[in-house]
Amino acid sequence: MSQQTKKGHFPWKHIIGFLISIALTLVAFATALWTDWSSSTIFIIILIFAVIQAALQLVMFMHMTEGEDGGLISGNTLFGFFIAVVIIVGTYWLMTSGHMHMSM
Amino acid sequence: MDLKWNEFIITGDPLILGAQISILLGSIAVVAALTYFKKWTWLWKEWLTSVDHKKLGIMYILSALLMLFRGGIDGLMIRTQLAKPGMEFLDPQHYNEVFSTHGVIMILFMAMPFLIGLINYIVPLQIGARDVAFPYLNNLSFWTFFVGMALFNISFIIGGSPDAGWTAYTPLATNEFSPGPGQNYYLLAIQIAGIGTLMTGINFFVTILKMRTKGMTLMKMSMFTWTTLITMLIIIFAFPVLTVALALQTFDRLFGSVIFTLQGDGNPMLWVNLFWVWGHPEVYIVILPAFGIFSEIISTFARKQLFAYKAMVVSIVTISVLSFLVWVHHFFTMGNSAEANSFFSITTMAISIPTGVKIFNWLFTMYRGRISFTTPMLWALAFIPNFVIGGVTGVMLAMAAADYQYHNTYFLVSHFHYVLISGTVFACFAGLIYWYPKMFGHKLNEKIGKWAFWIFIIGFNVCFFPQYFLGLDGMPRRISTYTEADGWTGLNFISTIGAFMMGLAFLIFVVNIVYSWRFSPREKTGDAWGLGRNLEWATSSSIPPHYNFAVLPEVTGLDPYWDMKEKGLDQQKNVDYKPIHMPNNAATPIIMSVIMGAAAFGLVFHWYWIGIVGGIGIFITMIARSFDYNDGYYVSVEEIKETEAKANK
Repeated sequence: MSQQTKKGHFPWKHIIGFLISIALTLVAFATALWTDWSSSTIFIIILIFAVIQAALQLVMFMHMTEGEDGGLISGNTLFGFFIAVVIIVGTYWLMTSGHMHMSM
Repeated sequence: MDLKWNEFIITGDPLILGAQISILLGSIAVVAALTYFKKWTWLWKEWLTSVDHKKLGIMYILSALLMLFRGGIDGLMIRTQLAKPGMEFLDPQHYNEVFSTHGVIMILFMAMPFLIGLINYIVPLQIGARDVAFPYLNNLSFWTFFVGMALFNISFIIGGSPDAGWTAYTPLATNEFSPGPGQNYYLLAIQIAGIGTLMTGINFFVTILKMRTKGMTLMKMSMFTWTTLITMLIIIFAFPVLTVALALQTFDRLFGSVIFTLQGDGNPMLWVNLFWVWGHPEVYIVILPAFGIFSEIISTFARKQLFAYKAMVVSIVTISVLSFLVWVHHFFTMGNSAEANSFFSITTMAISIPTGVKIFNWLFTMYRGRISFTTPMLWALAFIPNFVIGGVTGVMLAMAAADYQYHNTYFLVSHFHYVLISGTVFACFAGLIYWYPKMFGHKLNEKIGKWAFWIFIIGFNVCFFPQYFLGLDGMPRRISTYTEADGWTGLNFISTIGAFMMGLAFLIFVVNIVYSWRFSPREKTGDAWGLGRNLEWATSSSIPPHYNFAVLPEVTGLDPYWDMKEKGLDQQKNVDYKPIHMPNNAATPIIMSVIMGAAAFGLVFHWYWIGIVGGIGIFITMIARSFDYNDGYYVSVEEIKETEAKANK
């Protein structure tokens, strides 16, 4: 339960988060269904929407930034995200450039 | 896998036969002694199923000392084989196995458990806690580590050891080039131990964040606690990569997938990449706690607060980020693009900046301090110049273009021994001697300790300094022999003498443990050195009672115990005791881990039915654990009063 609902306020945060989530899903859906872009472009667009939506859910619904440990949890999540990006992008870079590119 | 009996148990080598016989006799002696003195129940109740962080810490350290012995013997065998050209002490196959196990054991089964043991014992005390956040998990961590270690160690007498180096590079480590069970041992043993390490990472990360005593904000934590926190963060992010990489190679070897193989669409270089994505942060996992230990010791024996505490914190946090950005420097020569090599070259050099900051901070901590030259302080003092030599040669190796010359030579071998021994091993010795009275209630003999220290550091430099020049002379690593014409004889012989000096120093250290156990005076207070600064010294007796603190201490600043002594406060003498909640012992972790070990042992030999039965067994123990509603017990006020009265006598 968020603090807002405890105090009896209307849960605006959840409603807004819910609406944005639906919008993001619909846009991603539309991109895949009604555009004739190349499939890799569509993949990238969907991926970006997915990451935005995941972040949205963590912040809006799952109280990541709230409470006494909010800052810590957010910081660690961002650090984890950073490490994941470094590992994936770094590995992709290494495996597709240089001599390795020629041998593959 | 069709194995003949004589292929299952390794036969035909006198060295291995000797080891088999001594292991057999040793096991019989231990079992006989335990039965004769009726100690089985004691062992089970007081140690094997204990969730007390202090006992687990001691068990970690004992295992690590055992592994230091085993890995050290491996090292001495390598140096004996290389002492003179054309030696026939080890054949090339045996030599490959010995250097592979030497590397794995020293990093994963010696350095890590040694540091985790010290962390286990000291960190909960330093943050003023009564145990870790998840005591059950702590016991499970220990047993998975122990079973992984045992599985790895039996490889040399049953089935054959891994022989593809500690890095197990594919395609060499694939079935095609390394048939037989050795490499399977490597994969499964490290996998099991790695699970334990990951759990330790989560456990201590949560412990430090959530269980600090009243008043201890993050910026009031001791430096050892800080380095532990950051180490655990690195473990949490680095070890999953190892888990995945090992699992993929296991699939390749056991189930015929083609991920890292030369056949099919396999890419052997991906293994190298993934291994070092984990492997480089791993280096910082074993060095950061060492930095913490030296910080504690230097500030204690210089009688000064650590210089530039904030800069220290910032530099370890920076190191934790940079440690994930440098992994390619382990394989500059693999054929990466020039852009990639340049990028990782620069990040690698950048990491020497926060490390340099720390070196200066230690020097400034000692500046104008009144230094006591105790044995732990000597180890800490020796660390600084030796580590700088290792660090400077590291910056030389960081230059990608120059690395094409140094790569895979003894220059590299010497570099990483300089950083790992003078960093981690010195810290393990220093930390163990420094906290020894906390663990066992008496100090180690200073005189014998100083002998061990001097012989070790002289031996260390005699062993590894010549190897820089051997490397520059072109001697490659991992060769089992060389010829007179190569011109490496003299330096190799000197190096071997140094190795045996280190072996002698280790023996003296062990003698010191036995001697001090018999003759050292017993400590009467919690502050054995009289100079303690942090809360681990604030306990009422020299070995803390099992609940650590009768009353949880309150903290107002850095070096809280020093403050208390200055102000003449003894918070532990407060008489208003309350019952203390403590966790119960647990038997499932050891059972679960042993089943894991048995299942993995089956998989090593492709006996899948053992793996399947073992897998079911693991699930059964997990289910048993989830129906375990035991939530601990209370230590009564009477018992606390009695214990504290005894301690304050």
